[in-house]
Amino acid sequence: MAPVDVALIGWAQTPSVARASIAEPQLCMQANLAAVAKAGIERKDIGFTCSGSCDYLTGGPFAFVQNLDAAGAWPPIAESHVEMDGAWALYEAWTRLQLGDIDVALVYGSGKSSPSDPVQLYPQQLDPYYLAPLGLDPASIGALQARALLDSGRASEDQFAEVAARSRRSARSNPNAHVRGDEDAADLAKADYVRAPLRAHDIAPVSDGAAAIVLATAERARGLVERPVLIRGIEHRLEIHQPGMRDLTRSPSTAAAAQGAGLGGGRVDVAELCALFSPQELILRDALGLDDSVDVNPSGGPLTANPVMATGLVRIIEAAQRIADGTAGRALAHATNGQGLQHNLVAILEGVS
Amino acid sequence: MAEPAAIIGFGQTKHAKARADLSMPGLCREAATRALEDAGLDWKDIDAVVIGKAPDAFEGVMQPELFLADALGSAGKPMIRVHTAGSVGGSTVIVAAHLVEAGIHARVLAVAWEKQSEGNAQWGLAGGRSGGIGAGGAFAPFIRSYIERTNAPEYIGWQVAVKDRLNALKNPYAHLRLPDISLEKVKESPMLWDPIHFLESCPSSDGAAAVVIGNADEARKAPRPPAWIIASAVRSEPTQFPGRDAVRPQAGVDCAHDLYRQAGITNPAQEIDAAELYVPFSWYEPMWLEGHDIAGPGEGWKMVDRGDTELTGSFPVNPSGGVLSSNPIGASGMLRLAEAANQVRGQAGEHQVEGARIALGQAYGGNAQYFSMAIFSSTLP
Repeated sequence: MAPVDVALIGWAQTPSVARASIAEPQLCMQANLAAVAKAGIERKDIGFTCSGSCDYLTGGPFAFVQNLDAAGAWPPIAESHVEMDGAWALYEAWTRLQLGDIDVALVYGSGKSSPSDPVQLYPQQLDPYYLAPLGLDPASIGALQARALLDSGRASEDQFAEVAARSRRSARSNPNAHVRGDEDAADLAKADYVRAPLRAHDIAPVSDGAAAIVLATAERARGLVERPVLIRGIEHRLEIHQPGMRDLTRSPSTAAAAQGAGLGGGRVDVAELCALFSPQELILRDALGLDDSVDVNPSGGPLTANPVMATGLVRIIEAAQRIADGTAGRALAHATNGQGLQHNLVAILEGVS
Repeated sequence: MAEPAAIIGFGQTKHAKARADLSMPGLCREAATRALEDAGLDWKDIDAVVIGKAPDAFEGVMQPELFLADALGSAGKPMIRVHTAGSVGGSTVIVAAHLVEAGIHARVLAVAWEKQSEGNAQWGLAGGRSGGIGAGGAFAPFIRSYIERTNAPEYIGWQVAVKDRLNALKNPYAHLRLPDISLEKVKESPMLWDPIHFLESCPSSDGAAAVVIGNADEARKAPRPPAWIIASAVRSEPTQFPGRDAVRPQAGVDCAHDLYRQAGITNPAQEIDAAELYVPFSWYEPMWLEGHDIAGPGEGWKMVDRGDTELTGSFPVNPSGGVLSSNPIGASGMLRLAEAANQVRGQAGEHQVEGARIALGQAYGGNAQYFSMAIFSSTLP
């Protein structure tokens, strides 16, 4: 069966902020309405809706049920939800569009982390028998990964600071960024450790925010928008959970997903990588074989805006935006799920020639 | 266009109040191993894994599928975690089916589970607050409204409660085994949420279900008959708003009609040979018979009263014993679809409906607002 070409025809995100003054469904509503408007469609044109979020961020079971109010579910809609980043909701919607009976889908991802404390929360995401009792938060696992990378001799703390400095400079032109800066890497590297060898600038902020994308079959997209962005390929792979059982300095699941998504089919101009810690960008570049000619995280990336459960979906939006504004012809977007890059998704996007 | 897909393997755990003999991975693995054995496949044959469960707060592990990667052989493969409230087990089957129907994968393992003994489901259902009304408290007003709307006699709910528990005696995996159940016992059991008695309510179970979904090639190679997925649909509507009919939710009506259209069914009561409906409280059997237009308005309870929905009746409902006999919440929806599939595969054992060729599986969730449904056939049209 020949795959159905799918295009991104509208997208939107709310600004990433430390604490949104509105509720998560309202964040979703803002993103969804803007994405639908940009796509030039009406809500009734949407054949399938899929969202990604996580109950634990809000601290209430069934938290996603309220977000349904942002999808306009009356009259009733065909709809699904993943307890994952919105990038995986996009994967499910892309799959649904392959079946050929619908031609437009809405995807959104959202997270309002501000009511919870990540240090207390995230140990509960780990193996409850062996790991959760250790109380490891994401930055602790990120630090183990960073230490392993330093010990491998393939990176230095100065390189971590360079990733952070470049990201913070790039974020100055991103109106949705949560943090920005114009420090030199050398100055950043003088800061105290938060979790050695990670400093504050090496660690993604935790943001509140939502993002939405409207997908359409390429055929339908042609009649709707001037420059649809095609999904050339999209794949994802999971790795085993125990950090001690894998080489944290490598990301074979990212490499396999990229190969499956068709990265080998030509060079990419831009890569938006879901690196939640500056060393992860180096690990991902390595797994993807990206050289210095590739513009990595021109938006500033997750180190400057991290709306958890939408951060991966935002990577797809930022990559698509570069194609839509003509600064890239082919772009890669990456999303991650779990700790220490356990689960990775890669999408290859192209402009319609 | 979509490729045909079929359930080619089904496995489930023995459901119980507490499976203290198993860890969470062990519980999922018991079901998944049985599904693989049924399909004649090994872990390495699986292309992708789809996992479903209800709120993570039930066990106190955030996104537990991440740590289940090792036990479910999903490392190195794509994995998707679905969560659509009580309908999630049905949605999980449908998400997995789409991966095969889209031609992306040939063999997908779908696993749905809940280990409710790890936590407190009542607290979880109350949104993480104490003093919640629970699912029964949420649904009792809808049930009361159905009774007033249709003038159904009080004993209809007791009849469903007895029928499903007698069916469960023919299902070796069922949690509840109540051989001496009777109308009198149901009637005399404590009133929990008027009009729902204790024995008209589902239990709280540890359990898992798993299915292997294959494409047409796999279905033809499989050692046992496949259950072709000839229709599947999901629908959702908002939790509540003025004018919403919570007794006969429009999402349930639309979902069923989409399903019948796909399957080419015009008279569901006659053309469907067996149904597994999500009935956590006895009255939901007549309510879904009407809510999915299997029976006309006010006719659902008469089907129950006539014995039509018994194992040997004209429209058997929940031959497995249903949610009233086993309720590992995240898995309950998958059990409905997979038990329906097993009927058309002729693999239902003692609770087999004689000659079943077309079967309906249904799951619902949230405030009776999420629906996931599928129709299975012994043959591919």
